[in-house]
Amino acid sequence: MQVHTVFGSLADYTKGSIELVSGEARHYVFSNIFEVAATSKPYERIVVGKNMEYVQEVMRAEGVSPWFACGHDEFALCMDGEITVDFIKMKDPPDAEKNGAVLLGEAPEGPRMGHVKLRRGHQVLLAAGNAYRFTADRTGVLLQQTVLGELSVQKWREICLL
Amino acid sequence: MSVALPKVAASEPSNRIGYRSFRLGKFELSRDEYFVTVHWPAKGARRSHQLPADAFLRACMRDVAWNFFYGWVNFDHVIGTRNHYGKVDFYAGTFNGTLKAAGVDYLEQFDSEHIMATFKAMLRDWVNEGFDPFAAPVETGSAFGPKQGDNLGAIERTRIATRRMPGLPGDSPLRDDMAINRAFADVPQDEPEIHAEPGFEGQLHAFSLFKYLSRSDVTWNPSVTAVCKASLACPTTEEYILPVFHGNDRVEWFIQLSDEIVWDVADKNTGAPRARVTMKAGDVAAMPADIRHQGYSTKRSMLYVWENVTPGLPQRYESGELPPYPVEF
Ligand SMILES: [Fe+2]
Repeated sequence: MQVHTVFGSLADYTKGSIELVSGEARHYVFSNIFEVAATSKPYERIVVGKNMEYVQEVMRAEGVSPWFACGHDEFALCMDGEITVDFIKMKDPPDAEKNGAVLLGEAPEGPRMGHVKLRRGHQVLLAAGNAYRFTADRTGVLLQQTVLGELSVQKWREICLL
Repeated sequence: MSVALPKVAASEPSNRIGYRSFRLGKFELSRDEYFVTVHWPAKGARRSHQLPADAFLRACMRDVAWNFFYGWVNFDHVIGTRNHYGKVDFYAGTFNGTLKAAGVDYLEQFDSEHIMATFKAMLRDWVNEGFDPFAAPVETGSAFGPKQGDNLGAIERTRIATRRMPGLPGDSPLRDDMAINRAFADVPQDEPEIHAEPGFEGQLHAFSLFKYLSRSDVTWNPSVTAVCKASLACPTTEEYILPVFHGNDRVEWFIQLSDEIVWDVADKNTGAPRARVTMKAGDVAAMPADIRHQGYSTKRSMLYVWENVTPGLPQRYESGELPPYPVEF
């Protein structure tokens, strides 16, 4: 039998649905990663999951991102596209107590560590204290596991089933 | 009565079908060719409940593998466990609105080690040769019939503990030596390219999560693939029915990575239906802290379960300090 595993993409996704008996659809905070990325600016960090201070952020990966850094580990999962991640070992990394990613903009001081090329389904460790920058070789979507921070954008009413 | 393990109350094997029966406090559990039967005392009488042996064994296997998990593990609409982390309740009817209202329910609390030892002894005795309670139904033999051998390899898989991310030095292994599951035969097996500058070799890390998941040989059994403080990525591969109706003692999130799962959502305390949630690839949804949920996946799918293991959460939700819904909007 022919196997067909369905992964979503920016170009081809279908959002699911909720059949209610009681309560409200918004209680399930239901969104779709590809729909969110399709309607967001490049590298805007849209929160699609939030459990107290912990978040899952969706980024539309298009072109070259600014440099980012974080005081704790983050993890990015490529859900679509082809994305190169460059790393710099920071001379002055963000405080380990500071939650969430921070925007550096230009390349920070420190040696180049190398790069990782991601395709769909690949997960990269964005280790604490290493600055990182995304370059989309083909426009795609990143899902980032991190902590709510100053770059996190919450627009639940626009992205969730109501 | 003889004792198979310290603290486990087990009978000698039945002459007719070969299975042992077990006692857990005032509960009595037995199995026959098709069913597991549970008895308990309530309202001065002996009450009973039956469920199919395969369903019981699949549920019991998850409860053991997950160390009673977060909150409630309902084996079906009548029996299940509630984790108090050190102590565990076993109950019949307590979280079924109708049985509870009728007063025919019963709950007894045990030390975790005692109920764990009893469940493990039941699995060792009641899982026959050829039946793997972790496997999808089309990938395993039958659970039914009289006692025939055992399947200790299947029920004693070691739990994989990840500290940061699989594949890092000293952390949990990747699955390169495991077979690609038949339902994921089309999943690309390429790994990310890692180009480290001289002096930074081994300091950059990435792996193919989809390849890793395509090689899972179990269903409905999360394993950790990323640790961000108390935030755990726990993806799993799902086929057929989640063998338990999981009742949340905290908010849990689902990210559907591939294919489709339909969730039945019901009230945590009564089991009254609340919603059916259909999740397709790329969908994200929260399971509130006041519900129970059971999933259905026809095509084997990849599900990213996302947990928060901050200490003290069950008490903060139960007291009402935290609302059951993760986001107000
Ligand atoms: Fe769950």
